[in-house]
Amino acid sequence: MSTLLARRRGLVAVVSLALLTGGCANGDDRPQSMLAPEGPIARQLDVLWDFTFAIAAVFFFLVLGLVLWVAIRYRRRSDDDNPKQIHGNMAMEIGWTAAPALLLAGLGVFTVINLVDLDRIPKGPDVLTVEVIGHQWWWEYQYPKAGIVTANELHIPAEKKIDLRVTATDVIHSFWPPKLAAKIDAVPGRINHMVIEADADDVGKTFVGQCMEYCGLSHANMRLKVVVHDDASFADWQRNQARKAVLPAPGAPGATGAELFRAKGCGGCHTVKGYTAGQVGPDLTHFMDRKVFAGAIFPNELDALRTWLRDPPKAKPMNPDKGLGMPNLGLTEAEINDLIAFLHTLK
Amino acid sequence: MTSVLEPSAPLELPAAPPDPVLRRPRTTQGFWGWITTVDHKRIGIMYGVTAFVFFLFGGFEALLMRLQLAQPNGTLLSADFYNQLFTMHGTTMVFLVVMPISAAFFNYFAPIMIGARDVAFPRLNAFSYWTFLFGAILINSSFLLGGAPNGGWFGYAPNTSITFSPGHNIDFWIFGLQMLGIASTVGAVNFIVTILNLRAPGMGLFKMPVFVWMTLVASFLLLFAMPIITVALFLLMFDRQFGANFFNPAAGGDPVLWQHLFWLFGHPEVYILILPAMGIVSEVLPVFARKPLFGYPVVVFSGIAIGFMGWGVWVHHMFAVGLGPVAVSAFSISTMFIAVPTGVKIFNWLATCWRGSIKLSVPMLFALGFVAMFTIGGLSGVTHSVSPHDRQQTDTYYVVAHFHYVLFGGALFGIMAGIYYWWPKVFGHLLSERIGKVHFWLWFAGFNITFAPFHILGLEGMPRRIYTYDDDLGFDYWNMVSTVGSFVIAAAVLVFLYNVWHSRRHAVPAGPDPWDGRTLEWTIPSPTPAYNFAEVPEVHEIDDFWHRKYGEDDQGRMVKLTPPDTEGSLDVHRDDVHLPSPSYFPMVASFGLLIIAYSMIYRNYAVAVLGALVMLGGIYAWGLEPSSEPHDDHGHDDGGGATSHDPDDDGGHKGVEPADAPDAALGVNSGTAEQVTTT
Repeated sequence: MSTLLARRRGLVAVVSLALLTGGCANGDDRPQSMLAPEGPIARQLDVLWDFTFAIAAVFFFLVLGLVLWVAIRYRRRSDDDNPKQIHGNMAMEIGWTAAPALLLAGLGVFTVINLVDLDRIPKGPDVLTVEVIGHQWWWEYQYPKAGIVTANELHIPAEKKIDLRVTATDVIHSFWPPKLAAKIDAVPGRINHMVIEADADDVGKTFVGQCMEYCGLSHANMRLKVVVHDDASFADWQRNQARKAVLPAPGAPGATGAELFRAKGCGGCHTVKGYTAGQVGPDLTHFMDRKVFAGAIFPNELDALRTWLRDPPKAKPMNPDKGLGMPNLGLTEAEINDLIAFLHTLK
Repeated sequence: MTSVLEPSAPLELPAAPPDPVLRRPRTTQGFWGWITTVDHKRIGIMYGVTAFVFFLFGGFEALLMRLQLAQPNGTLLSADFYNQLFTMHGTTMVFLVVMPISAAFFNYFAPIMIGARDVAFPRLNAFSYWTFLFGAILINSSFLLGGAPNGGWFGYAPNTSITFSPGHNIDFWIFGLQMLGIASTVGAVNFIVTILNLRAPGMGLFKMPVFVWMTLVASFLLLFAMPIITVALFLLMFDRQFGANFFNPAAGGDPVLWQHLFWLFGHPEVYILILPAMGIVSEVLPVFARKPLFGYPVVVFSGIAIGFMGWGVWVHHMFAVGLGPVAVSAFSISTMFIAVPTGVKIFNWLATCWRGSIKLSVPMLFALGFVAMFTIGGLSGVTHSVSPHDRQQTDTYYVVAHFHYVLFGGALFGIMAGIYYWWPKVFGHLLSERIGKVHFWLWFAGFNITFAPFHILGLEGMPRRIYTYDDDLGFDYWNMVSTVGSFVIAAAVLVFLYNVWHSRRHAVPAGPDPWDGRTLEWTIPSPTPAYNFAEVPEVHEIDDFWHRKYGEDDQGRMVKLTPPDTEGSLDVHRDDVHLPSPSYFPMVASFGLLIIAYSMIYRNYAVAVLGALVMLGGIYAWGLEPSSEPHDDHGHDDGGGATSHDPDDDGGHKGVEPADAPDAALGVNSGTAEQVTTT
């Protein structure tokens, strides 16, 4: 019996260890973790978390330990047990009211100090400002000074506090790159500020995040990326993004697709700077510069693009009948190939 | 339910007066007996059974969601159906499960814990139930009528506007919640009046059982919170149906206004959900520890403090909205401090058990489970109050973990403790302890396997309300674990159902007081007779019944007193207690509301007028029907005329009955029809 019990205990230990370690991944396996911060702001938040978590852990062990203790230690031995009838104790009541209150007051001070610190909006002529605009179901980024409009991938220089001005055009969204900063809602009719900053060693990295406020049908498919540059490559990126599209010459690859882009009405929704000026869907002027499309859920690759153009609402749930998202244009395979050839010219 | 209301006298008397136009139903038996009942116990049972059916609905919705999320890029459900499911799961569990199960407990036990024969307004009570049932049916019927609500249980504007949610989904949600709101508000008024006015002689407010106190606090919260959501839903209705722009930013409206209104309701709502469970646990722990509740007045005051402070914390649902550091600081601090009275309760519960004589019966297991699991939920709540970091946590699964620890680990554990504890009082037999323990441990394990991983998933960045996630985010493992856990919970629910069936088949009469209880409901037979108390009890102490059974010696240890002479009165069968007569009209009035709701959903305003007429007809008939059938014999001494009848017959009984002297009461077992109540 005892060996069986011991064996069972071993089994329990192995199973629980497997359970615990199975979920513990590290590094790149947890790309959206708030517990693995990369930027200074997210790190400051993480310190706040560690502190709060430690306090909570103390109370967790205290209370759960006491529950177990009373259940074991004071278990009824006989029906004649006649415990002392204790009705209360005012000193203890005051103690366990005051002590947590003081502790929480301390936590409150710590909270407010950090809150004010983190909400400070960087000011000055050198501060990079980016307009972050939530749409059903993708993110648009506008760099007003540089005259850039792009989507899905936010590009930032490292080691600078950047002022994101967050809003939305339709419903409420919430912008969250967890390894760099805490989320802020994108509320139509309001502009919220969010400060974001990446470290020097984040250069070349791409961080992921997603929309965190339920925004209808394809809320789950509204993801985002933040690409960190050093100053030089950020300047290059900006220079390229500010350019108009170079349209394919007649007869060159993509020329038929360019015609089709207008004929099929794509240009009614999508801007290709210097060619069309749609205001509904993402700006496609430098489409090939992006690694992802359609709310950052598909890789910008041939197969994914084909699948997408065959039937967009099938690839990603949308509701074009009600004006939400891209409709199925009923394109033939030839038309799809032509359009993709055109898109490939948009670098 | 056995009924002792079976008329013992012939129904037809030779000299009966002519029938009035409006008649009151006579039978308390069978189908019509249930339909027309105004008995708080039957209404309580109906609330409980209905809520349990919806618990199975809501649980099934949860299982479907867990199956969809078991693996990345799940394909079981469409995005739209998943969105309907999470909306309906939340709406169902809050409005159709925890609230009505709490209402079931209020209904059945609040009156018998304060020594009353019914609630203050029995027909209004029936109206609450039917309105709740019709509202619940309405909102669920949307699944068959083009799609269930899909805007989340919080229904954030402007996503719920006609532009972004053009179908009828949201309309079902609006009108379903409006009906449930009416049911809750009416119920709240009823319970406040009942508790304040119908207590037995001697039961001062601070001699009330804590469960009754928490019922009172929760009822006040309901009374003030429901009008807020009602107003918010009306504004939304006007936006959707009549082109108003309250929440439309393009026309100068403000979607954040919706959030303020919703959470100003929604946060007190959280306490409406948890306070009744806290009350149940405060009853169960002393019984199974053989010790009085430690710090009774402090526990009561903590409950009241939570009730007040609950109005000052709603913005903690909105820390990411961008309200600025001043508002966010203030609400961070108020949120931290609401943890104080909650913590005080937990410490008092632990002190109640300290050096007690703990019997780990099933109700006690659930109650201790409540204390432990609710503490975890409370602690994660404190981590939310640290607002800068809350902006990391909010809208992730970490929050989903938090409120499931509070509402499942808290409210549902407390409710399960109450179900096992009071089952014998309602049905006359205990639920099996053996099967109950299997139920508890499966429930406990399943709960933690399902919801503990949500903490990790949330901190690793998994958003709420997503029907799919990619396999490159590291969410796969814990989602699978959680899905496995959800089926363990489902197994626990099946074990519970088996326990109900098995215990009924092998029912052994439990007797009036199977747990060595402390409060008045254990002084009366099980199941409770229709009239509750043969004699209206007189109360001298907190936990009056305990003090009739036990005293304290010099060291403060409990000493059994010689068996009190109350035992004899348990055998008394009264058929002479006047009880409120059944009525059709509360249901008719509710049905009118249902017609209004459906016609508003389909924008058919002419039919809405018809519904209003049905409702008004029901209300007028209700007002005009006789207080009881003239030749109906509920033991009612109608010929006397001298006794003071309540004009509306909804009085049940008056708490203080000077004519009802104890010695006079002892003579009742002869079955004489003497006037003992002054209805």
